[in-house]
Amino acid sequence: MSEFQPIILSLELAAITTLLLFILAVPLAYWLAEKDFRLKPVVSALISMPLVLPPTVLGFYLLVAFSPNNFFGGTIENIFNVRLVFSFEGLIIASIIYSLPFMVNPVQAGFENLSPSLKEASYTLGKSKFQTFTKVLLPNIKPSLLTGIVLSFAHTIGEFGIVLMIGGNIPGKTRVASLAIYDEVEALNYHSANLYALVLFVITFLILLTVYVFNRKYLKSGRL
Amino acid sequence: MINLDLYKVLKTSDGDLPLDIKMDIKEGEFITIEGHSGAGKTTILKLIAGLIKPDKGIITVDKKEWLNTEKKTFLPPQKRNVGFVFQEYSLFPNMTIYENIAFADRGGQNKNHVDEVIEIMELENLKDRNPQTLSGGQKQRAALARAIVRKPDILLLDEPLSALDIEMRLKLQDYILKVHRLLNLTTILVSHDISEIFKMSDKVVRLNKGRIINEGTAQNVYQKNYISGKFRFTGEVVKIEKDSVVSIVSVLIGNNIIKVIATQEEGDELKPGNRVMIVSKAFNPLIIKL
Repeated sequence: MSEFQPIILSLELAAITTLLLFILAVPLAYWLAEKDFRLKPVVSALISMPLVLPPTVLGFYLLVAFSPNNFFGGTIENIFNVRLVFSFEGLIIASIIYSLPFMVNPVQAGFENLSPSLKEASYTLGKSKFQTFTKVLLPNIKPSLLTGIVLSFAHTIGEFGIVLMIGGNIPGKTRVASLAIYDEVEALNYHSANLYALVLFVITFLILLTVYVFNRKYLKSGRL
Repeated sequence: MINLDLYKVLKTSDGDLPLDIKMDIKEGEFITIEGHSGAGKTTILKLIAGLIKPDKGIITVDKKEWLNTEKKTFLPPQKRNVGFVFQEYSLFPNMTIYENIAFADRGGQNKNHVDEVIEIMELENLKDRNPQTLSGGQKQRAALARAIVRKPDILLLDEPLSALDIEMRLKLQDYILKVHRLLNLTTILVSHDISEIFKMSDKVVRLNKGRIINEGTAQNVYQKNYISGKFRFTGEVVKIEKDSVVSIVSVLIGNNIIKVIATQEEGDELKPGNRVMIVSKAFNPLIIKL
């Protein structure tokens, strides 16, 4: 079983990251789509940074920040008794930051493309902001939500540089599939490398296939 | 009685436009606001609904203050009990027609009333369909149904018929008049279709660049157009019937249908929905395409 451990770890990391990211990013995306304020370009730029920044840059700064010798890492360790460097928890936080634009951008675009009159119609029908959000706005951006979830999940599975910097490649703890492939190739263990690579290949293909099949169904039925 | 006294500077492509209006609306009245696009018509409806806030102003409905910027009172749109029908229908795509209409029902405790509204608007056959599969006229009928479920104090109609063809428009006008009378609503319609205004309104308010330039009955407001020397009317072609040698063109003027004889060639040039002018030279009326 230990042969599959890196794959299971990758899937675990991707699932937890995507879930937490969803909870965090949907309100953030709505806020960005709704409000206009002076510092908005700064916030948007910061969120999109992981798209262009080499993962090693982000990994390096996160490594520094997470270090128990520094303020952020030290505070977390004191309060929650969790060390973020070279740990699974650290990987989750790093992945959330690294995959943030993949969730925020499509969801924000989804909100922005909704006609404002849907929200206005709901308000004039006596529905609160929260009811309008959960019953009218969210259900009508389902394709965007799905895109955000899938991109975040796939992107987290595909991470390499940042998990290496933060996680340190510890078997059973932070050694995810993408790192395992690299290790096996380095050790000229092509059979194992091929196994990991093939499993990742099939999983990501199936996920993306599901999305496209679903999206086509939505488009055809016209109902979201 | 509804009293409006509103001031708001609108940002338009031609710079700032101050919207400054005072209006008194009687209960049960059907008022139409007419004016060029960008005159502030939609803004007035949204101010009444509470979807936007004015820079300064007061809205009172039956002596209750919905808005008073002096006293900083602002009743949110959820508490104003207005029905709003949007130009682009704005039905919720994730719900069926029935779900759309029932969504308006407070707490879902009044299923009978939802069914009643569906019956009035003749939507039984469409209630399980999704909005995307409906025609424009059907969508707007459903949107109208949704807007009246809460028995609103004021029904606000923002150019609800401008995207529909003439036949649909005439039918929808009848539906609007029907619910207006049946539920004894106070209705404010935004429109720039003169024949529609004549047919529907008790009172018309003409707006230009954020100000009211004329108000009164449709007859009074548009009268000067009719006594300018020649005897002429403008209207819309509703029907063209070919006879053996002539065409009989039915034209809707105000809420009257007038039949005019035209040559077959003239008849061929016209289509239902065309705007036309009917001019009388001596005693034979001529029909001229606009």
